[in-house]
Amino acid sequence: MTKDFNSADIAAFKNVWVFCEQRGGELMPTDFELISEGRKLADELGVELCGILLGDGVDGIAKELGGYGADKVYVFNSPLLKNYTTDAYTKVICDAVEEFKPEVFLIGASNIGRDLAPRCAARLHTGLCVDCTHLDVALDGYIEFLKNSSSMDLEGMKWDSPLFDVHRNLKMTRPAFGGHLMATIVCPRFRPAMATVRPGVMQKRPFDQAKADAVQIIKPSFELAETDLKTKVTEVVKSAKKMADLIGAEYIVAVGGGIASNVDKGIALAEELAAELGGVVGASRPVIDAGWMSADHQIGQTGKTVRPKVYIALGISGAIQHKAGMQDSELIIAVNKNEAAPIFEIADYGICGDLFEVAPQLIAEIKAAKAAK
Amino acid sequence: MILDAKHAMLQKLFREFAQTEFTKELQDRLDQTGEFDWDIHKKMAKYGFMGLRIPKEYGGSGMDYLAYALMIEELARVDAVLSIYANTSNSLGGGPLLLAGSEEQKKKYLPPVASGEKIVVFCLTEPGAGSDAGGTTTTAVQDGDDFILNGRKTFVSGAPMADWAIIFAKTDPTARGSRGISMFILDMKLPGVTLGAPEKKMGINGYPTCDIVMENVRVPGDCLVGQLNKGFSIAMRTLDGGRLGMAAQAVGIAQSCLDEAVKYAKERKQFGRPISDFQGVSFMLADMEAEIQAARQLVYHAAELKDHNMDATRACSAAKLIAAETANRCAYKAVQIHGGYGYIKEYKVERLYRDARICSIYEGTSQIQQVVIAADLLKNA
Amino acid sequence: MKIFVTVKQVPDTSGKVAVKPDGTLDRASMATITNPDDMNAVEAALKIKDETGCRVIAVSMGPMTAESMLRELMAMGVDEGLLISGREFGGSDTYATSQIIAAGIDHYGLEPDDIIFSGRQAIDGDTAQVGPQIAEKLHIPQVSYAGEVTKAGNKLTVKRMLEDGYMTVEVETPCLITCIKELNEPRYMSVSGIDGCFDKPLIIYDYNELKDHPLIDPTTIGLKGSPTNIYKSFTPPQKGAGRMLTGSAKETAKELASVLSEKHLI
Repeated sequence: MTKDFNSADIAAFKNVWVFCEQRGGELMPTDFELISEGRKLADELGVELCGILLGDGVDGIAKELGGYGADKVYVFNSPLLKNYTTDAYTKVICDAVEEFKPEVFLIGASNIGRDLAPRCAARLHTGLCVDCTHLDVALDGYIEFLKNSSSMDLEGMKWDSPLFDVHRNLKMTRPAFGGHLMATIVCPRFRPAMATVRPGVMQKRPFDQAKADAVQIIKPSFELAETDLKTKVTEVVKSAKKMADLIGAEYIVAVGGGIASNVDKGIALAEELAAELGGVVGASRPVIDAGWMSADHQIGQTGKTVRPKVYIALGISGAIQHKAGMQDSELIIAVNKNEAAPIFEIADYGICGDLFEVAPQLIAEIKAAKAAK
Repeated sequence: MILDAKHAMLQKLFREFAQTEFTKELQDRLDQTGEFDWDIHKKMAKYGFMGLRIPKEYGGSGMDYLAYALMIEELARVDAVLSIYANTSNSLGGGPLLLAGSEEQKKKYLPPVASGEKIVVFCLTEPGAGSDAGGTTTTAVQDGDDFILNGRKTFVSGAPMADWAIIFAKTDPTARGSRGISMFILDMKLPGVTLGAPEKKMGINGYPTCDIVMENVRVPGDCLVGQLNKGFSIAMRTLDGGRLGMAAQAVGIAQSCLDEAVKYAKERKQFGRPISDFQGVSFMLADMEAEIQAARQLVYHAAELKDHNMDATRACSAAKLIAAETANRCAYKAVQIHGGYGYIKEYKVERLYRDARICSIYEGTSQIQQVVIAADLLKNA
Repeated sequence: MKIFVTVKQVPDTSGKVAVKPDGTLDRASMATITNPDDMNAVEAALKIKDETGCRVIAVSMGPMTAESMLRELMAMGVDEGLLISGREFGGSDTYATSQIIAAGIDHYGLEPDDIIFSGRQAIDGDTAQVGPQIAEKLHIPQVSYAGEVTKAGNKLTVKRMLEDGYMTVEVETPCLITCIKELNEPRYMSVSGIDGCFDKPLIIYDYNELKDHPLIDPTTIGLKGSPTNIYKSFTPPQKGAGRMLTGSAKETAKELASVLSEKHLI
């Protein structure tokens, strides 16, 4: 750490930063979600939004970030940054933060982001709130958010704090205890306020070519030597099997423990229904734990968060951990044998019945409805 | 009884193991095929279940009777037959060796039993000698240093998998009743030993039971366990401990009946509300709970007596009697609460009903327990 | 060589979760368990112990009641428990917690051939911060999301899981590895392990024991030393009940299809 860096000198920090993760020289979809969200925060603070991009020869992909709202992109190229390593990325990022002093720093909560963010926060001596699902600077916006997303009684609620400026500090909201509770966290005494954000949660803005052309690419000088790296990446393997692409899917058909009596048929029905809708198949945790489907299909607190247009739950009871990952779906349809299943509490349409009977009928009726159009 | 930290931890181990390892698939397979499952047997052995009661110097972990009762109860709460897997070595199989075996015999037989590699079973019942074990007709005739065994033992749990069998045989034909009986450990591979066909049982499927037939089986003299002609009292003392285990098993089955009944009564709706709202159902649940509590405390108390080396004969029989009858009543009520669904195999109570039925029969029928209790009561009156 | 495993006692959120009227968790009414990912970390350590005979030390920060968890881990095969417990440490956020645990491990003594295993994250907070932050405070490398770990001499080869595949990472001791569910299947306690666990050493570090460590001072621990604060905490709203469709499978399916069609969703 440079000697003159002091994370408690709040006035010295300015601008919103977004770490833009790349794998194999390609940006991750979450980068655009974060840049879009960062734009909102930067506007509320009246500051600039900057992307920070590390890799080996990644200048070419930086511009696209402008199209979603970045004013500037700091690019750091080095063969040592080609693949992610904790040591190299932490060093380059922390050195840059110490030099440019952003007040807010967002990182995607991917497996890489969740490795990087805590290490950076510890080195910079600042606070980090992980896995955020909602971010606000403006208090009005935060109150509006609570109106829709909490069961709190907002009448007479005290918003001011003697400890910090509630209008200027980033309010980071995240689920805790498996989604049973939501907590809004602040980092009032240190900068940057760091947050990781769950992929799929923030809305991507429409791409703006003019802004993409106008984005400023900055390549600061930096120091990084092979001896800084204590770990060695010997190979990077992309899964040969196509991973379930749940994030961003518009239609999801998810299966749960209800398929137990005929697992293969249950999955086949879900796949057929999903194909008919142009969607993908997901699953609740019992299905993953039983080894019926691979972990990339898991939706819920320990799996993925999804918000499709239509979510069809087949034989999913709706444990709170599962609901945490899908309750923001626009339309929820649940089929379950048990009429007391908690999934029906959040379903827009519920059918109390056997999924092995209902799903084939639904496939047939959707086919018929499509044909009639 | 409030469990101390060690026993509470043991209870947690047994519960977690059973809930995780005794999958529905395994339970169904055992019930349907009736075949022994070596994988789960070995896994239970790996965590020390088979050698629980066997002293450390013979490869076990030397736990007390309370730990044993907790184990059988918790395992039976998930699957009755799998509690038998862990029972034999600690009770009827290993028990006689511990009570009467020589140092050489204990060193030879107990470690492989504790590790789960070998299985030793207990054979007392004969076609003509059930509750009246004194009516044993299997004979052992001394021939030089050896004994020649002839006879038939019936309903031997675990016989098809057994490496060794504890055999009670008449060695003094002139002695009457229970006298003149000796105990042997029989190598099941010896010439002349054959097995009957596995019995088709009502329940407790997955731990095969069959006859053992001995025709001029030559057994070396060092297979005599304990003193010549003194085998019967060892058999009776072994059964004392066995009753404790079977009482614990009955409590586990009864608890499982209650667990299933409570779950179903809260799920099942009739007349627009869960059936647990109706007193006709909730009072049945209350009775089950009260009886199970009582039976469980009798079991723990009998275990405690044995652990303090106090006379536990009456307490073990009382625990077995009450627990076995409780299991039967709870199974009846659990099926009743399930209504028609309780009569089909999709629901667990159907199997519980069949499994519970053996509780008041094996290791001494309820009536034999009454005989034991009455005899002990009147003797001391 | 020895292995530290960081563990945490957490409320069992898979069961009934009790929330107090003020929106905080009613911990007293909930059962506690050892954090599931930490169990994978314990198993990873015990596997290496099985091969090498090294010593395994479970480290936890929490109230004295966490002893019960540490005893259970000893019943699985852990050799020693290290419980960092003190009023002064209360109210720590993840940053302050990492600082304190790092100080505890350093105070015990971290040697060049030692390894620290942590769970990926705790189910009560899901923060996944403590492992990496301990590594940073101890100035040792970390590899998170370990799906496979093999050890040869002082070199560990870790299959580090990514959402779309994995990386193979080599790292030398001393290092910290965070473990995920897929890494292994944690063993149970054993009967003989339970018999012996109450005789194994349990070391308690209170504030006085650690107060001279460079990482510990009143501004770095407890509530005061925590960079983050909770501004508000609340329960999510219950979504209003939807409509239950009744009738045969065919009828309900037909109705659903027409709803989807009306909403232009098909």
